Amino acid sequence: MGDRMMAEPQDIALELSGVSKTYQISQGLFAASKPLRALDNISLQLRRGEVLGLVGESGCGKSTLAKVLLGLEKPTRGDVRIFDQPFGSHDRKWIARRIQPIFQDPYSSLNPRKSVREIITLPLRVHSVGKTSGWNDGVSRMLDLVGLPQRLIDANPSQMSGGQRQRVAIARALIMRPEVVICDEPTSALDVSVQSQILNLLMDLRDELGLTYLFISHNLAVVEHIASRVAVMYLGRVVEQGPAARIFETPKHPYAVALLDSILTPDPSMDVPDVDLDGNFPNPVDPPSGCTFHPRCASATSLCSRLRPEPVQQAPGFVTCHLHDPNQQKDMA
Amino acid sequence: MVSSSRSEINHTSTPGQQLRRRALRHWGLMIGSALLGLIVLIALFAPFIAPHDPYAQDLTLRYLRVAFMGGTWEHPLGTDHLGRDYLSRLLYGARISLTIGLVAALISGTIGTILGVTAGYFGGRVDTVVMFIITVRLSMPVVLVALAVVALFGGSLTVVVLVLGFLLWDQFAVVMRTSTQQIRSQDYVTSARALGCSTTRIIMTEIMPNVFNNMIVVITLEMAHAIILEAALSFLGLGVQPPLPSWGLMIAEGKDMLFFEPFLITIPGLALFILIFAINMLGDGVRDVTAPENRN
Amino acid sequence: MNSLLSVRNLRVEIPVGAGLLKPVRGISLDLNKGETLCIVGESGCGKSLTSLALMGLLPKVARCSGDRLSFGGQDLLGLTERQMARLRGRAISMVFQEPMTSLNPAYTIGDQLIEGMIRHDGVSRAKARDRAIFLLEKVGITAAASRLSQFPHQLSGGLRQRVMIAMSLMCGPDLIIADEPTTALDVTIQAKILRMMKDLQAELGMAMVFITHDLGVVARIADRIAVMYAGIFVETGTARQIFDTPTHPYTKGLLSCLPVPGKTKLGARLGAVPGVVPALIGGVQGCGFASRCPLRQAACDIEPELSERGDGHSCRCVHDTPTLRKAEWATA
Repeated sequence: MGDRMMAEPQDIALELSGVSKTYQISQGLFAASKPLRALDNISLQLRRGEVLGLVGESGCGKSTLAKVLLGLEKPTRGDVRIFDQPFGSHDRKWIARRIQPIFQDPYSSLNPRKSVREIITLPLRVHSVGKTSGWNDGVSRMLDLVGLPQRLIDANPSQMSGGQRQRVAIARALIMRPEVVICDEPTSALDVSVQSQILNLLMDLRDELGLTYLFISHNLAVVEHIASRVAVMYLGRVVEQGPAARIFETPKHPYAVALLDSILTPDPSMDVPDVDLDGNFPNPVDPPSGCTFHPRCASATSLCSRLRPEPVQQAPGFVTCHLHDPNQQKDMA
Repeated sequence: MVSSSRSEINHTSTPGQQLRRRALRHWGLMIGSALLGLIVLIALFAPFIAPHDPYAQDLTLRYLRVAFMGGTWEHPLGTDHLGRDYLSRLLYGARISLTIGLVAALISGTIGTILGVTAGYFGGRVDTVVMFIITVRLSMPVVLVALAVVALFGGSLTVVVLVLGFLLWDQFAVVMRTSTQQIRSQDYVTSARALGCSTTRIIMTEIMPNVFNNMIVVITLEMAHAIILEAALSFLGLGVQPPLPSWGLMIAEGKDMLFFEPFLITIPGLALFILIFAINMLGDGVRDVTAPENRN
Repeated sequence: MNSLLSVRNLRVEIPVGAGLLKPVRGISLDLNKGETLCIVGESGCGKSLTSLALMGLLPKVARCSGDRLSFGGQDLLGLTERQMARLRGRAISMVFQEPMTSLNPAYTIGDQLIEGMIRHDGVSRAKARDRAIFLLEKVGITAAASRLSQFPHQLSGGLRQRVMIAMSLMCGPDLIIADEPTTALDVTIQAKILRMMKDLQAELGMAMVFITHDLGVVARIADRIAVMYAGIFVETGTARQIFDTPTHPYTKGLLSCLPVPGKTKLGARLGAVPGVVPALIGGVQGCGFASRCPLRQAACDIEPELSERGDGHSCRCVHDTPTLRKAEWATA
C-alpha cells in the first residue's frame, strides 16, 4: 500500500497485516457459541520513533489489539511483524524484550506485596539479565529516569500516590529497553495535575530513549497533543487512519467526525456540542450488516447497509467509508 | 529530570508496620492467639506439667470427684472409670486435637489450594473439571465416608487424620479459586505475563502472596472443623481408639455416668469449646486485620 | 438575595484511627433557581463528601455541621432522618457516577421509576407510569413504554445513566445534585447526556450542583464554578471568570495542565502542579496549597479568607489581595 512505499522497511517498528481476532462467546448452556470479532482485518504500521494514537470507544477492540501486540493473545488470522521479524515463530520472552505495556490503573498494575525494587527488577530476573549485584544500579538509574526519589526504592506501592505508582510502572516497562511501548490509557485513572506530569515524562522518555509508542486513549485532546498519527477504531475495524494534524482538522469518516465533535475543550464560550450520532453502540456479537456504523450514521445510504466498505486511500492514510470512495460515489449518484 | 516529585512526601508507614499495629489493636485476635498459644504450650509440655501418667490405672480410685467438689488435690480434676487422672488425660488430649487439626488442615490445604489456584488461574476446561471434582466431593457426607473407611481399615489416629485431610479440602478449593480469579484479572499479572514470566513464576510470586491471607483464614476454619469431627468420630467409637486420651473419646467414656458424674463430660467438652473458640477468634482476627477494605 | 440553596461554613468530620479527618473544612455557597454550580477538584478534595452532606447521605460515622444549610427557606440541618428522606427524591435528587451499580438489578426499570413517585407523591400507578414514559422520552430513550419492563442488565451504560436521570426527575425536583454523572461513559455518550441534561434543565428550570474533575465538562455547562482544594473552595466565580481570568495559583496550575486543542502548542510540555494534597487529618495549618505553590511566602502560614475580586469572583489567596498589595507597596 501507499504507506509502505513511503517508509523504508527498517523504519517500520511494528506492522500488522490483516490481523483478526475472533472469540467464541457462549450464549448459555445449550446454545451454540457465537463468534465475536474483536479485531476485524486490521492493517497498521507503527514507524520507528512515532506516536500512533489509537482512539475509539469502549468495546471497539483497542484492548484486544494491545493484547495481541503483547503476545498475550494469538491473532486468529493475519500476522504481526516487529522490525520485519514475524511474531508467530517466537515465544513471549522474545516479544517481551521488544514490546512492553503501561497500563491504565496504577493501583492494579503493581503487586501490592512487593517493594519498588522487586517490581522494577522483575524483568531482569525473568530474563536473567546481568548480575544481581548490578541490579541496584539499574534500579536507581531507572528511578532517576522516571523522576522518582531514590528513597522510594524499598517503599511499597500502598505508600505511594497514583502518579508515583505510574512512574514505577513506567520504570518496570523500560528497564529492558524495549523498542515499542504500548500505552493503554496511561493517564486516564490519574488526576489532571498528575496526568500532565506523566504525559511530559512519556514525551521526554521518547526523545531520550528513541521509543515508539502506541498510545491508546479515549481522551482525544491528549491524543491530539502527543500523537503524530492517529487510527480511529470502531467495532473491531480501523475506520480512519492518517496524520494527526489532518484527522483532527478534517476528519473524513462520519464516526471520526462525531468523536471529534464530542471533545469538550475547556472553553466557557462554547456550548455542549450537539453530536450527530444516532442510536446506541450495537451488540458486537451481532454486528449490523454492511458498514457496521450505518445504523448510527447520519449520512448512511441504502448502499451502506448492504455493502461492507473497504479502506479507501486518502494519502497519507485511509478511510473506510463509502462516502469517500470515488467508485461508490458514482454508483450512489 | 522531572523535579516535580521532589516535594512528594510519604507519611504512611510500611504495610508490615500497619499490619502489626492493626493486629495489636484487634482484641479478638489477641484473645484467640493467647488462648491458642496457651493450649499449644500445654500440648508441647504435657509430660512436664501432667501430675500423673495419663494411662496409669488404679481401680481403687475410680470416679474421684473434682478437688473442690469433694475430691482430693492429688487428682485435681478427679479420675475416670478406670481410675486414670483426668487432668493428665486432658492435658495429653490437647496433643491429639492439635495434631489432628494441624495435619488434616495441612493435607486438605495442599490439595484444595492446588486445585483452586489451578482452576482459578487457567479457567476454561480446567475450571470445569475442578468444579466437577468439588461438586463430587461436596455430595459425599463426611461422617458417612469416615465411617466406611474406619470400618474398612479400623480406627486409628493416622486413619482419622488421613480421612479428614482428604475430605476437608473443598473450602480451600472454593476460596482459593475465587481469590485467584480476582488476582488474575489484575494488571500486574497481565504485565508479568507481558514480561514473559513463566506460569509457575506468576503463580508463585504474583498470585500466592496475594491469596495467602485468605488461605490462613480457611486453615483456621478447617482446623476447627477437623478437631470437631475427630471428637465426633471418637465419640461414636470410630475415631481415635482407647486408651488414647482424645477429648471426644473422654466424652464418650463419660457418657454412661452422665447423671452421676457430669464433670466427666463437662471438662473435656469445655476444653474442646475453648480450643475451637480460640481458633475461630484467631481466624476472624486474621481476616479482619488483613482484609483489603481495611487497607487505607 | 433569596437563593434556593444556601450553605454557610459546612463542615464534615470523620473520626479515623489516626485522628480526626476533616475532608470538608467550611464551604459556603448560594444557588439560585435554574442555575448550575460546578464543584471542580481532584480526587480527595472533598467534593463527593460535600454532595453527600448536602443530600444528608453521609455515612453514619461522619459528623456534619454548619452555620447554615437551607433549601427553599427550610433548614436542613435540623431535619430528622425521616423528614430528610421525604425531601430527597422529591425536591432534591441525586445522580451518581456509576450507572451500573445505582440501579437495583432485581427490579425492572419501570418498577424503579414508578415506586418512588407513588411513595413520595401518592399518585396512582397509571399516572406514575405515564410520567415515567414521558420522562424516558425526554431523556432520549426510544420505545420508552417497552423499556419499562426491561431489567438494568439489558441496557447499555449510556442508557442506564439516562434512566437514572429520568428517575431523578420523576417527582419534579427543584435541585439535582450530580456527582460525576458522565465520567464512566464514552465521550460521544457523554456529550449527548450533557446536552440532554442542559436542555432539560432549561425546560424544567431546575438548579443543579454538578460535581466533576473534568474541566472540559465544567467549561461547557457551568454558570458558576467553585474550585475545591483540600476541603475548601479556593476560588469561585462565573465560568468566564474562572477560565478567562483565573486568580488562585491552583486554578492557574490546573488549567495549564490541560492540552487545549488550538491553543496549546502540539507536543509541547504541559504545565504541572507538583506535589501532593496535604493530609486532612487534624486540619491544615495555613494555606492548604502552600506546599505546592510556586508563590509561597511567609504570609501563607495563615489561612487566607475567601476575598472578593469584584463581580462575584472570589479567591482564597494572599497574593493580589489589597493587604498584600499594600505590603508590596510598603517594601518597594
